[in-house]
Amino acid sequence: MTTDTMTPAIPVTRGSARSELMKQRVLAARWFLVPMLIALGVVAGWPLLRSIWFSFTDASLNNLYGAEFIGIGNYLRWTTLESGRTIYRGLLVDSAWWNAVWNTVRFAAISVGLETVFGMIVALVLNAEFRGRGFVRAAILIPWAIPTIVSARMWGWMLNDQFGIINDMMLRLGLISQKIAWTASADTAMTAVIVVDVWKTTPFMALLVLAGLQMIPRDIYEAADIDGVSKWKQFWRITLPLVRPALMVAIIFRILDAMRIFDLIYVLTPNSSSTKTMSVLARENLFDFDNFAYGSAQSTLLFLIIAGMTVLYIWLGRVNFEGGER
Amino acid sequence: MKINKLLVGLLGSVALTGGVAQAADLAIVSGDTGTGLAFLRSQLDRFEEETGHTVTVVPMPSSTTDQFGQYRLWLAAGNTDIDVYQTDVIWAPQLADQFLDLTEAAADVAGEHFPSIIESQTVDGKLVALPAFTDAPALYYRTDLLEKYNKEVPTTWAELEATAQEIMDGERAEGNNDMWGFVFQGNAYEGLTCDALEWVVSNGGGQIVEADGTISINNPQAAEAIDRAAGWIGTIAPEGVLGYMEEESRGVWQLGNAVFMRNWPYAYSLGNGDDSAVKDLFDVAPLPAGEGEGARSAATLGGWNVAVSKYSPDPDAAIELALFLSSSEVQKERAIMQSNLPTIEALYDDAEVAEAQPIIPAWKEIFQNAVPRPSAPTKTDYNEVSSLFWSAVHDTLSGNGSAAENLEILEADLTDLKGDGW
Repeated sequence: MTTDTMTPAIPVTRGSARSELMKQRVLAARWFLVPMLIALGVVAGWPLLRSIWFSFTDASLNNLYGAEFIGIGNYLRWTTLESGRTIYRGLLVDSAWWNAVWNTVRFAAISVGLETVFGMIVALVLNAEFRGRGFVRAAILIPWAIPTIVSARMWGWMLNDQFGIINDMMLRLGLISQKIAWTASADTAMTAVIVVDVWKTTPFMALLVLAGLQMIPRDIYEAADIDGVSKWKQFWRITLPLVRPALMVAIIFRILDAMRIFDLIYVLTPNSSSTKTMSVLARENLFDFDNFAYGSAQSTLLFLIIAGMTVLYIWLGRVNFEGGER
Repeated sequence: MKINKLLVGLLGSVALTGGVAQAADLAIVSGDTGTGLAFLRSQLDRFEEETGHTVTVVPMPSSTTDQFGQYRLWLAAGNTDIDVYQTDVIWAPQLADQFLDLTEAAADVAGEHFPSIIESQTVDGKLVALPAFTDAPALYYRTDLLEKYNKEVPTTWAELEATAQEIMDGERAEGNNDMWGFVFQGNAYEGLTCDALEWVVSNGGGQIVEADGTISINNPQAAEAIDRAAGWIGTIAPEGVLGYMEEESRGVWQLGNAVFMRNWPYAYSLGNGDDSAVKDLFDVAPLPAGEGEGARSAATLGGWNVAVSKYSPDPDAAIELALFLSSSEVQKERAIMQSNLPTIEALYDDAEVAEAQPIIPAWKEIFQNAVPRPSAPTKTDYNEVSSLFWSAVHDTLSGNGSAAENLEILEADLTDLKGDGW
């Protein structure tokens, strides 16, 4: 399934050779797409456009419909003081925002990186033939199936500084001399979030990679074995290039997910600047503070950053992928 | 006046006949600390029996900051599912537009409450919410441990530090490795604003934003108070306190693992419950004072109220419920069962209340001298002011910059937020 999405579409007959029948089929296909486009427009397009619109207004939550257009003031505005000094204000020069961007990017890079490596390892293990493979495959999905709020609460208790089982076990094993406040301390809070996220989403990664692995024909490995290619080399020369399309899709799903991380951080850690992400900050401005327009500007920028990263990723990935084929 | 009374009578009779004639389905939201929800349910059962209405409780997280975000969202969307909201004392100016004016409905009973509380819930002449209980924190201390080490109840933060350290070291030497000196609310949320405001005021450092709107937080006495608190983290207080709210600190305390705790009066009755390790082993005192000019014991004013949503489909029944929950009868029950401070002056002289919860008569004076958070001068910006303040304090406690540095930035941010005026 997943590999299909990344492989180039079946070449459509190009140029003048296109037949009448083909034209009809394309037309029919367009009609079939209409309901989906309408649904997407209503549930995704309209809210998105509205958020973008609000970011250029002075909207507040108590007065959404009376919002007036104010230009780019939420993003950047400046005033020149009497002394001649110009000061800049707005989202683009807001250090709290850029701190949140940095937190998010750092979280996304580290957690997706670790998930990719662990997901690959788990997928390779699950791809091997052994007794009870079906059972293990199902069991490994459990962390992914638990709702994030529940697993965040569960880990919150396990990581609790006074009653947590993790501190207790590490104390008994003599790994630490004093109980550590994993989620509360600014030094360890981000690490704790990353550990929980890796625990939760590695199964997802593993499943998508496993799907890719199963598309690889066995006879390639047989041929390699006969030629005496080492297992290590087989992985790098056969498995990795062939599983790559599936891996790329899995990674992009995870990056999109990680960039808008909210629940885990909101539940697990104190609301401090060391772990605040873009989504947490945007929600705070939208609802807790009376800054609906400013929060909309943050949401819009969040959307643009994610969109930009996705385009960049697909573009870079495609270039490499096709280059490797030729 | 006459017209007013007539209106009240009319409204009252409408509510009464409405109540008898057709029963309404009401919904009330409530956060939870300790056994708060169970208590509320028991009172609502009585209300249902008396009026024939049915009331559903929609439980909410215990963090007041979390509750506020949700309520704001619901109210902005004109949600008709929730009729009655429990509101924190600081919310009135921010949500005033979305609640019904209760002036007329409460005309007969408003005089029973402390005038200052009614005033805090009045915005531009509109009574936004009726008080259910008030709050002023206490220093909880272990009588057995203080006796064992022959110590007095501390009256200054320096004494608290020394006593906490000594007892903690002594207990740890005897093998109780989980013993801590002092627990409080250090998570980055509204509760930290309360705790830190007490440190600052007790040290003569002002009230963040003064009643006239002046930003006063960037001063050496405030910085000293917050730096002192930062010194507690990892010494007398566990590092985890940076993530504690009321219930987490009560957890450590109630297991017998802390010498001192800063918390609201609700922890008094829970601490004396049968499942508590500190039952009959603790008492309460006013919070310690700081040092230098203007130093005094300071308690942040808290408290909860009931407000009626203007989107409620059954406003009369909802007002009836709000009046019931703020009534003298329910407040007395609440005082006896939950050790929540009543807002009705007469209850402080009530013998049954004094018998059940000795903290309550003793706390009358403390609550009357309590320091309000700057929600009145900062109006709709209060949440952001509070968030900037608790972030600056949380950063300092986490060792991310000194108090002086963080307060300087805070002052700049507040000035920026204030603009031409709050």
